[in-house]
Amino acid sequence: MSGHSTYEPKTGIERWLDTRLPIIRFANDTILTFPTPKNLNYWWTFGGVLSLMLGMQIVTGVILAMHYVPHVDYAFNSIQRIMRDVNYGWLIRNLHANGASMFFLAVYIHIFRNLYYGSYKAPREVLWLLGCIIYFLMIMTAFFGYVLPWGQMSFHGAVVITNLIGALPIVGPSITTWLWGGFAVDDPTLNRFFSLHYLLPFVIAGVVALHIWALHVPGNNNPTGVNVKSKADTVPFHPYYTVKDGFAISVFLIIYAAFVFYMPDALGDVANYVPANPLQTPQHIVPEWYLLPFYAILRAVPNKLMGVLAMGADIATLFVLPWLDTSKVRSMRYRPTIRLYYFIFILDCLVLGVCGAHAPDDLVIPGVSGPQFLDADLNSYVWLSRISALYYFAYFWVITPLMGLTETPLPVPESISAPVLSHPASAPTGAVASPEKRG
Amino acid sequence: MADTVAGANPDPHVSGPSLVGGDPNRRDFIHIAAGVAAAGLAGGLAWPFIDQMNPAGDTLAMASIEFDLSKVVEGQQVVVKWRGKPLFVRYRTPKEIEEAIKDDHADLRDPQTDESRHKPGKAQYLILIGVCTHLGCVPNFGGGDYGGWLCPCHGSVYDTSGRIRKGPAPLNLAVPDYAFLSDSKIKVG
Amino acid sequence: MLRKGFAFAALGLALLAGPALSATTEKEPADVHWSFEGPFGKFDQQQVQRGYKVYREVCSACHSMNLLYFRNLGQKGGPFYDPKYPNPNTNPYVKSLAHDITVKDIDTETGDVISRPATPADKFPAPFANEYAAAASNGGKAPPDLSVMAKAREGGPRYIYSLLTGFRDPPPGLTPMAGKYYDPWFAGDVSGNWTGHKDKVPEGGFIGMPPPLTPNKVTFDDGTPSTVQQEAKDVAAFLAWAAEPKAEERKAFGLGAMIYLLIFSGLLYASYKKIWKNVGH
Repeated sequence: MSGHSTYEPKTGIERWLDTRLPIIRFANDTILTFPTPKNLNYWWTFGGVLSLMLGMQIVTGVILAMHYVPHVDYAFNSIQRIMRDVNYGWLIRNLHANGASMFFLAVYIHIFRNLYYGSYKAPREVLWLLGCIIYFLMIMTAFFGYVLPWGQMSFHGAVVITNLIGALPIVGPSITTWLWGGFAVDDPTLNRFFSLHYLLPFVIAGVVALHIWALHVPGNNNPTGVNVKSKADTVPFHPYYTVKDGFAISVFLIIYAAFVFYMPDALGDVANYVPANPLQTPQHIVPEWYLLPFYAILRAVPNKLMGVLAMGADIATLFVLPWLDTSKVRSMRYRPTIRLYYFIFILDCLVLGVCGAHAPDDLVIPGVSGPQFLDADLNSYVWLSRISALYYFAYFWVITPLMGLTETPLPVPESISAPVLSHPASAPTGAVASPEKRG
Repeated sequence: MADTVAGANPDPHVSGPSLVGGDPNRRDFIHIAAGVAAAGLAGGLAWPFIDQMNPAGDTLAMASIEFDLSKVVEGQQVVVKWRGKPLFVRYRTPKEIEEAIKDDHADLRDPQTDESRHKPGKAQYLILIGVCTHLGCVPNFGGGDYGGWLCPCHGSVYDTSGRIRKGPAPLNLAVPDYAFLSDSKIKVG
Repeated sequence: MLRKGFAFAALGLALLAGPALSATTEKEPADVHWSFEGPFGKFDQQQVQRGYKVYREVCSACHSMNLLYFRNLGQKGGPFYDPKYPNPNTNPYVKSLAHDITVKDIDTETGDVISRPATPADKFPAPFANEYAAAASNGGKAPPDLSVMAKAREGGPRYIYSLLTGFRDPPPGLTPMAGKYYDPWFAGDVSGNWTGHKDKVPEGGFIGMPPPLTPNKVTFDDGTPSTVQQEAKDVAAFLAWAAEPKAEERKAFGLGAMIYLLIFSGLLYASYKKIWKNVGH
């Protein structure tokens, strides 16, 4: 929680600066002495990982922009020039391309952690909303960025996604033409996507600053979901969490390095090594892995407009989550029933991802031709996508509100420092008290 | 409250180690080693990020060119582009060479003998970078009092050895690194 | 694309045996191996030299490699690298290899298009003046550029090897179109030309390239017998190198980076443990 500053300027220069621009005080209060719950586990290190990855993407991106040419005739070759001729260009490009994947891996772990521990619940709703905005901006940035190499997947992926806007009634086609700057995805489109791809990360950085500010008002959540009661529940951020985050970052870097140095193309698509050809569509158009679940939901709905709305709804659902969750208990550590649904939800997201990677009429169990139901084989990925998409929405709109009202949570500890009450019978069950006291 | 748990809470009055002074235990070797390793990582990553701005492979490949001297007529010069700049290849007449040698010990702003500005035995070929040493304009062939070059921008005058004689330029026209591959072919750069 | 699906599955699902491509089929590339595979792999310089010869004498008649320069042949990790000439532009063997090939240029005095011997600074010349000429001379479809072909197909060099050695007579009931050749390793849908049972459509497709390799088509300077398999293997190695000349440098840097990061993690872990020793959490 934001308490009063304990910073004491020691030298003359520090005092001079402190009365004019208290930036050292600010840094001290935010990163050094900030009281942080002492029971945070490793799932809390991903915020630091994300900050690192944003910085990494911006630095490598700005460098790549020194060599990349955003024109349809030169884009593909300029990236090959970076890989072949620019000193360490191969390293910077690999860092940036795989960095995007690692950025999304970290953001998904971060989001799933928030879902489990109820970090989106009061009083952290704005923190959560800012996070959703960051996530949405990340998706836009990644989409624009993937178009830039101007390979077959870059081009045709841009065609598919920009065509989706055309599904909107009345205004759709004119918005699409406006986005394209022409009658199809072409040079004007590439150029403006480059400009936006360069811009958005700095917008993200701004929203991240707000996100951290919004965090520091109530302070961090913790695995028990119980508020910090006293100083005894906290430790200063430095060195306890600077070093712990540092360790988590170094392990994360090992995984990152494994991709960058040994499997740089594993998460990409071979079709993107074929220069874009508007006259020839690749076998299967798929987005990068981190967008596959949304792609699956889009294709699950047989109607073009409804598919777009469904895809929009699944991101929009995240924004309203704090108001869908009726539980008085924050952390799923003490909510065993919904926890089961949560783990199924994680599985569901993975299944949606796999669905997105396959052609809709591919068979799930190969070779087994199931009965036709409505417009497709029951054993096809279309139906698996539909069932999975249904569970996705049900988890947020049905299960989450219902569970909060009907389940019996386990007894929640009094405070972070206190042990969990060992006799559940002696503790009041059910959720009656306000979140401030019990949650 | 329940403060009897094993593994006591840290003393709430100690707000953690300060960076200046503080608990000597915090100066432990392991923390310094970790800090140094972190700095090493940052530095190791910084070098590629800096080196990428150095000339790339294709730029370096254009760094040297070969030129066929039989294209130059006596008394004239040919200008080619080398490393993005103009290169003067001048075939001097005997009179021009004589005038250049005569002024070897004149009052020169940037003293140099004519002999040091061409290859031995090849006094007739003068290879110079055609960029005025004042502010970078391309001097015109044959202009000025000495028959060398005249820079149109601010009036610098160079003699037939490319040495600065009048005007604001501080240095003689630069002689690039070059070599004769044969009597009629040179490699510059 | 398939690998992305598997990456997801590996995160906890065991649902899938393997996706079936609905429209086109091809045989899985053969299980062949090269020296450059794996985290410690290195290109076999002799093999890449032989592969270059195959490209130069056979493939370059129709296939361009627009991203390759002659100087790439002499750079570190390249087939003709010589430590005595760290600057590939001065490498005499590279200069002579380039000199053998003519490239177009513009005469700066007349403005005409002329032909001259190449220098290390030149790109590999394209066999056709433009995309349309290439398509017109090859039955309507331009032979693809090979610069990054080893990365543009599933299986990479294994695909290239399988395709080149895979040409065979079509099975009875399968009739290729005029000017096309049957190859089971080429992605395609031959059901339209198949008169047999509809559940037994042969894998593969019809490719516009006639089988390019024959035994002894290219004579290898090091005496290696030039069977079709050897030629295919060597040209696949050359194309793998050409797709990413910095692969060896990447892996070497990677080894250093991984070791450093492992030590760094160890140090940070020890530091973390020490700091948290007395805190109950």
